[in-house]
Amino acid sequence: MIHQYKLNGYNIVLDVYSGSVHVVDDVAYDIIGMFEKTPRGQIVSAILEKYAGRPDVTAEDIEQCIDDVEALKSAGKLFTQDTYENIASDFKNRSDDIKALCLHVAHTCNLNCEYCFASQGKYSGDRAIMSFEVGKQALDFLVEHSGNHVNLEVDFFGGEPLMNWDTVKRLVEYARSIEAERGKKFRFTLTTNGVLVDQDVIEFSNREMHNVVMSLDGRREVHDRFRKDYAGNGSYDKVVPKFQEFAKARGNREYYIRGTYTHYNTDFTQDIFHMADLGFTKLSMEPVVCSTDDPCALTEEDLPVLFEQYEILAKDMLRREREGHPITFYHYMIDLKHGPCIYKRISGCGSGTEYMAVTPWGDLYPCHQFVGDPKYLMGNVWDGVKNNNIRDEFRKCNVYARPDCSDCWAKLYCSGGCPANAYHATGDITGTYEYGCKLFRKRMECAIMMEAAKSLGENG
Amino acid sequence: MKRIVTIETRDLACSAINGGCGECQTC
Repeated sequence: MIHQYKLNGYNIVLDVYSGSVHVVDDVAYDIIGMFEKTPRGQIVSAILEKYAGRPDVTAEDIEQCIDDVEALKSAGKLFTQDTYENIASDFKNRSDDIKALCLHVAHTCNLNCEYCFASQGKYSGDRAIMSFEVGKQALDFLVEHSGNHVNLEVDFFGGEPLMNWDTVKRLVEYARSIEAERGKKFRFTLTTNGVLVDQDVIEFSNREMHNVVMSLDGRREVHDRFRKDYAGNGSYDKVVPKFQEFAKARGNREYYIRGTYTHYNTDFTQDIFHMADLGFTKLSMEPVVCSTDDPCALTEEDLPVLFEQYEILAKDMLRREREGHPITFYHYMIDLKHGPCIYKRISGCGSGTEYMAVTPWGDLYPCHQFVGDPKYLMGNVWDGVKNNNIRDEFRKCNVYARPDCSDCWAKLYCSGGCPANAYHATGDITGTYEYGCKLFRKRMECAIMMEAAKSLGENG
Repeated sequence: MKRIVTIETRDLACSAINGGCGECQTC
């Protein structure tokens, strides 16, 4: 399977199953489009007719180009076949090793964001704080069930994790104390709304947190539309200076400014550029996922606008890179040369199998998006996974489990998409959230174009 | 004339041989 598209002056051909990317001229673009279903002689005459005014397009030249396409096909770089389905069927026999946990250290929040998927941090339940004992048991559970994995990941999540900061610090110190003995390396991530960021948080995080995710939606009026405190006051003026100090102190360490865009700011690139104007360079912006009858929900009519926004962003990022002040955008961070292997691409995020969420009282769920749904309660950190049916359901949930994905060119980039989004959109984790698919495909077209431009040394 | 430029990419078919070491990052 191949995917051909034109963007920013480039003609791109992606070979889906080899991962090969080709940048071609108009003649080759047309030849490749006809190659599989048109006899050679007809291709030559059709191209000669279309480019009749071009002295460089001769029958001999077209024949040479067809030979080049043939050679790429023989080399496994064009029109390759899908040989991975048997790998997907192997997944049901894979080990039960776990390598990542999302620790919900606080089911409470000091903001009252209207669009919060976690119901203002409470996950439709009671307010709760994780004790050190529960967190320690979760870390022991992770180590115990991690098999031969060396790198283990722990996300401190909520709610707002800084509302339980002392426990976070104690858990990090405990994890560090057992690393050498158990032959493990912990990578910690902190996600915060910024309200409680202070010097202690910054200094500790710079020592211990592999990544820090800071929630900011962009322009003041956009951010404050949803991200308010319980008195109804916007949080922009409170958190932006703290985030600026935090990001500056991070130096070369990882961080993300992560925003959410909605129907109210379909011109979201303006929010990304605003983040850059504030001095942030590592950026992410996610489309809101909510009920279709919610006023902030994205609509079908929004799609052409959003597609254009992603293109504007890609072109502007190439310009910034060329001018020596680059920014990164999470969804454009693909690595064509050293990207993930096919196993990772098929299996996706690992939720419900190698990645789980832990509630403040120690219950296990497939990921943070399922917390509070009794149907997806898997077990707890003392007894382990008790409901193996859920784990088996997620183990089989890969890109080949989704019939809707079979003809999609982007399936080895999205791995079939987010199971939680699929579940909330269709009631089935192996369904597809089609609106998200459309946005994802556009983002991948932009990301691949950018990588091609950089490879050709033409940043823009 | 050269009408096709192939960008250097990781060969996915080749990467299947490894079996996946599982040490990479896990939304």
